[in-house]
Amino acid sequence: MARLSDPAIAEEPVIQVEELKRTFGAITAVDGVSFEVQAGEIFGFLGPNGAGKTTTIKMLCTLLRPTSGRALIDGHDVVSEAAAVRAGIGIVFQDNTLDEYLTAEQNLRYHAMIYHIPRSEWRDRIQGMLELVDLADRRSDIVRTFSGGMKRRLEIARALLHLPRVLFLDEPTVGLDPQTRHYVWEYLREMRRLQNITIFLTTHYMDEAENADRIAIIDYGQIVALDTPAALKRMVGGDIVTLVTADDQRARAEISDRLGIERVAHVDGHLTFEVADGESFVPRLLASLSVPVRTVSVRCPGLDDVFLRLTGKAIRDEDAGSADRLKSRMREKGRIRR
Amino acid sequence: MSVSAGARRISGNARVVAASRILDPQAVWMIWQRDLVRFRRQPTRLYGSIVRSVVWLFALGLGLRQSFVPVSGMNYTQFIFPGVISMALIFASLQSAISVIWDREFGFLKEVMVAPIPRSSLLLGKALGGASTATLQGIVVLLFAPLAGVPLTPVSVLEGVALMFLTSIAMTSLGLVIAVRMTDFEGFGSIQNMVVMPMFLLSGAMFPTQGLPVWLTAFLLANPLSYGVSAVRGVLLDYYTRPLLLDVAVLSVFSLAMLSIALWLLEREG
Repeated sequence: MARLSDPAIAEEPVIQVEELKRTFGAITAVDGVSFEVQAGEIFGFLGPNGAGKTTTIKMLCTLLRPTSGRALIDGHDVVSEAAAVRAGIGIVFQDNTLDEYLTAEQNLRYHAMIYHIPRSEWRDRIQGMLELVDLADRRSDIVRTFSGGMKRRLEIARALLHLPRVLFLDEPTVGLDPQTRHYVWEYLREMRRLQNITIFLTTHYMDEAENADRIAIIDYGQIVALDTPAALKRMVGGDIVTLVTADDQRARAEISDRLGIERVAHVDGHLTFEVADGESFVPRLLASLSVPVRTVSVRCPGLDDVFLRLTGKAIRDEDAGSADRLKSRMREKGRIRR
Repeated sequence: MSVSAGARRISGNARVVAASRILDPQAVWMIWQRDLVRFRRQPTRLYGSIVRSVVWLFALGLGLRQSFVPVSGMNYTQFIFPGVISMALIFASLQSAISVIWDREFGFLKEVMVAPIPRSSLLLGKALGGASTATLQGIVVLLFAPLAGVPLTPVSVLEGVALMFLTSIAMTSLGLVIAVRMTDFEGFGSIQNMVVMPMFLLSGAMFPTQGLPVWLTAFLLANPLSYGVSAVRGVLLDYYTRPLLLDVAVLSVFSLAMLSIALWLLEREG
């Protein structure tokens, strides 16, 4: 957050969102969210699938009209000044939007055309972007032959080609292996360093959210918390104790009766709760329980604990098996007519 | 990692030149060109069109020749030749336009939808692209003219290709209205059955349009494709049942009307 205190950067926020809301019939997908993002900031929307992340990003990218509220990108209203907003943003969608019958270079060249990048700059910019994402040697290959990671890198290169003020990333590393994920973030941070680009991302991966300077935790269309990852984690007092017992219901009752801990969550067949000093607590815990304990662990809180604390449920890394992906596509198909 | 090396090359001005709000020729050209490049890289589309046309032309043309009363000296194969060209045009045009549904939801067109280009240019580029690939398929069918016993002259070829293009523009524009309206992909197959086949069969492509029952004549008059069939048949076979200019006018007005409706629908949504 040091960047924000720098007087040169602390100007008008690049993204300003006030009470943004979107309904689909009876369903409220985004329920009055407000936030601001500063220039050069990496801002993350963290929440489970269906929490309203993609709907928010679509509204900010001018693809979907808000039901009410308003959003400004670089001072331009996403509804009344859509064209100006579009010129200043780059987007990487959740689904691949490359033309797979074109070469990598053709995809970038077409992007340069529709963003009116001066023709004299095409060659250098395309070359530079392809080098940035390590695809320079594949420039003339048809995109269909690329791996998922290469396609994603090419999409990032394309989204950055016109040097946008804000880069939107909707679940940028879903389906990518950890190494590719790591590289993708390296490119993104490099671009931010060079261009002071602002990055807005949505994710349901905890470790990915850690890349953000600030995170908004979103659930059922509302922001339930907004802070730096470190500050969010401090909301969870002390350490996280997780245990598996022979009878979780009884153990839960005993923890609350004998140790005075009320907030015990039962998630995925184990009990989870917070204590001030986990390591010295464990011996007391074991002495107090009459139920046999199978495993017990103590760790520092992560963002998933914050999420659990705030919403009472676990955020799952629904790491898209292909069947899941297909299902979510089918779901989306059902409401193409927004 | 070559991160820095690559990124350092990227200089220049971040600000994008604001495009015209009405027409963006560069965007039109890009969308048009993309359709042509894709067409070249998907040869099966062309093969399918050739096979379908040849089957219709020769199976029906030869099979029904005996039961066909010659119209102004034409046998059936000659008579339906322009009709089979029109079939290639309507299939290709509608297919190309309907692909927009998938393309804008999960594909490349989504990238175009968030780009700072006017929607009208997107539609125009798509209409030109769809019409070009359809016309190319029509031209391939035209190559079978000698086999169908249809004599070609340089003038009839030029006029024929121009009218094929106009017919394709009309059909693609209609397809774009359907594509913008369409809510899901399940409708994809029914377009074939509910739009393409009836329009083709009720266009006069396969039978003469004189002396038909009134209701059928009404269908023919309401069907934009019948003006395309009539125009293409006119110039290729020198057989006119109404002024060519009327066909051209109807096709042009219909195209403009469809593109305007598609634009209105596209701008209204979201």
